[in-house]
Amino acid sequence: MATTFQPRIRALSRRGFLVTAGGLGIAVAYGSLSQPAVGATTVPGAEGGFRPNAWVTIADDGTVTIISPAVEMGQGIMTTLPLLVAEEMDADWDRVRIVQAPSDAKTYGNPGFYGIQLTGGSESTRGYHALLRLTGAQTRMVLLAAAAGMLRVPVSELSTEPGRVVHPASGRALDYGGIAANGPLPEPLPQVGEADLKPSDRWRYIGKRTIRRVDVPSKVDGTAVFGIDVQLPGMLHGAVLRAPVQGERPDAIDDTKARTVPGVTHIVPLSYGVGIIGETVEATKRAKELLDVEWSTGSRVRDYDSRHLLEAYRAIGRDPGRRGVPAHVTGDAQAAILGAATVIDVDYMSDHVSHAAMEPMNATALVIGDRIEIWAPTQGPTGTQRFAAEVIGTTPDKVKVNTTLLGGGFGRKAEKDFIVDAVSLAKAAEGRPVKVVWSREDDIRHDKFRPLEAQHIQVGLDADGRILGWRHRIVADSVFARTMPELFDGKGGHDDVVTEGAHFNYAVPAHHVEYLRQESGLDIGFWFAVGVGYTRFAIECVVDEIAAARGVDPMALRLELLRDQPRARAVIETVARMADWDREREDRGLGLAYSDAFGSHCAQVAEVSLDRETGRIRVHKVWCAIDPGVAIQPLHIEAMMIVGITNGTGHALFERINVVDGEVEESNFDTYRVIRMSEAPEIEVAVVPTPGSPVGGIGQAGLPPTGPAIANAIARLTGGVRLRHFPFLPERVLAALDGWTAQP
Amino acid sequence: MTAFNINGRAVDIAAGPETPLLWVIREHLKLTGTKYGCGIARCGACTVHVDGEPFRSCVTWLEDVEGRAVTTIEGLSPNAGHPLQKAWIAEQVPQCGYCQSGQIMQAAALLERTPVPTREQIITHMDGNICRCGTYVRIIAAIERASREG
Repeated sequence: MATTFQPRIRALSRRGFLVTAGGLGIAVAYGSLSQPAVGATTVPGAEGGFRPNAWVTIADDGTVTIISPAVEMGQGIMTTLPLLVAEEMDADWDRVRIVQAPSDAKTYGNPGFYGIQLTGGSESTRGYHALLRLTGAQTRMVLLAAAAGMLRVPVSELSTEPGRVVHPASGRALDYGGIAANGPLPEPLPQVGEADLKPSDRWRYIGKRTIRRVDVPSKVDGTAVFGIDVQLPGMLHGAVLRAPVQGERPDAIDDTKARTVPGVTHIVPLSYGVGIIGETVEATKRAKELLDVEWSTGSRVRDYDSRHLLEAYRAIGRDPGRRGVPAHVTGDAQAAILGAATVIDVDYMSDHVSHAAMEPMNATALVIGDRIEIWAPTQGPTGTQRFAAEVIGTTPDKVKVNTTLLGGGFGRKAEKDFIVDAVSLAKAAEGRPVKVVWSREDDIRHDKFRPLEAQHIQVGLDADGRILGWRHRIVADSVFARTMPELFDGKGGHDDVVTEGAHFNYAVPAHHVEYLRQESGLDIGFWFAVGVGYTRFAIECVVDEIAAARGVDPMALRLELLRDQPRARAVIETVARMADWDREREDRGLGLAYSDAFGSHCAQVAEVSLDRETGRIRVHKVWCAIDPGVAIQPLHIEAMMIVGITNGTGHALFERINVVDGEVEESNFDTYRVIRMSEAPEIEVAVVPTPGSPVGGIGQAGLPPTGPAIANAIARLTGGVRLRHFPFLPERVLAALDGWTAQP
Repeated sequence: MTAFNINGRAVDIAAGPETPLLWVIREHLKLTGTKYGCGIARCGACTVHVDGEPFRSCVTWLEDVEGRAVTTIEGLSPNAGHPLQKAWIAEQVPQCGYCQSGQIMQAAALLERTPVPTREQIITHMDGNICRCGTYVRIIAAIERASREG
């Protein structure tokens, strides 16, 4: 743990107390929650009113209820974070129930991620880890102190086993439930610090492959409640007809026909479209089709053409007259490149990609006066409070957010548009909840895509092929300028997420990363691994280009560039062994890539083949070695690598959004191609933690190496044909085979 | 009114004959295990059984199931005891989990007819079901396990 934790404790009530430190709160309470806690998998307080004020609640029957502060979108966090509390307090995991945190950033905000409730950036475990382990340790010490009073023995003679305090000398034991029912609250309350945490050799749950995810059973029998599944008494259904081009508004609305649809209750003009409210989904769908709207034509996004724009971005990246904002500088890369014997000078690019989470965007809202209650699959409860409040001119503290399970998030569900829809329509139908569900077509056409981007990389090599300097220019619009202007403005026009991953851990004497921000008008957003997904594509391919120029094995080159980094070398050496790296395959190529993004070390080898007639790539197998520091749930880390690798393969081969005259061409899974089972590689994962190292992020760590591993494999298979443009569509592969190159 | 049987229960639904079965199941009957994913039979999230055959409920009209027997994930087995459901937990298949009802219903139809499918048969049968989290390798493992442990 990075910092020493100095808690201050104050009693909340006779049977509860609050530990605070550095503005964070740890609340522990005995007794039952104000309302029965629901299982980990249903919507808390779908009827309204559920609001515990504690992280841990111990019921008289020994059931331990633990709050999960981050949102569950498939990354397993609803198991991981409570498990840390359970570990330190020695709870009996089989008697733990998990409840999703209410919207209360002061208590449940991520101390490592702006102190708010926002799940993203693979920051949840990294940010909450210390706090939750201390919470668990604190709870255990309170239980010990209370038990000491009940048994009339010193605390030093007591220890804990899952769910109970034991006194070995007398053979007596007290169940946690019995202590909660009868025990006195110790006065003064015990203090906790790092020294009170369990050493790793005493962990019962952390690192054990027997721990399964708590949300899985509900996801095989249909009982899991996602946002779209919310059902409330008196609930109406809503739909929104959105302007086809971002920034346009309805100039004239003819709703004569739409209003005749039985069950339609409201037509709601909005600044960006037209809302429809009705008693049934089918009524709102029908009315939406019957609306006749004349749209404005003045949006500058009508000039947005993704194909032309990408070429323009590429030219900007190559134009030395165009200067950007430095994002990372060590040494004088430009001088090093000028004095180099050889310069690798290449462009890497990627098209827009869509989130297309399986659960389309949706939210349910109830407005009464200046108060709002929301049920939504949101990644950001704190942002949701603010977004909702703005719609009706109230304050965020008057907005209560019930976070449901998310049917995929990938960064999209941190946005505000789906929340604004629900609140706008609920305002029009004040007093009745309204559930607004987007069509898949709207979900894709009105997505906040991953940025269209071009990268220009120059690497100067000496006569022996050693790296002298590395220059990396990233040309793209900004995500933070729109979504987090305070963070963007504070960084002098730099965008940490768009250039994320460009700062690498390879030993190079001079390194210059520059961000050339563009403002082409279309909203772009956070997509799985954000910038790392394309910056590491470029970097890892360029490392292989250097290895080829120097005539050395790309694995050996990486080990050389990472000579001072044992964890990095270990995952590379492990994956090389797993893949039998040195064994030649007939008609198949192996490619390697590595990433240290999100605080975890991940190396992958892809085995690919290529149909030279059609240009189609087949990824047969991917081996992966991951060092997450501490492997809290190894079984689940494997699963997250599978997610990253499968999506990493799909987005490298297939995924592309085209925008023409501001309109998105793709609209559903018939036109927006995502990976299917027949295209998914076999995957083998080794989880190789490094004891004593910091906890790394896992959610997005598996994706970045996959695409470059595939491109590197194709280059090795074809004697040097480089694929430098995501996705590797067959026509692009054929063009590359024909001698086309991204170098002008 | 359209009468049919769902999960062993007779129902009579007041909705237009061309209402997609998906929305009847989800919003009229409040059986929300069946999911909306695409509305055009391209993702499989809405898969249910009609008289034992897998159907994409998003493109099946209410009138199409008049007098027929519909089974959703909620009715696949008592207490989630279907071999596939047990195998799905053993293999820890779901990530976000949104597509998994459809995956399981699609797989159940396969095992009904082909109790011991080959890997190729599994992939061919399941290729219409998208999992955006990419759990495909674990889905295959779970189907193989269910077939083995039946």
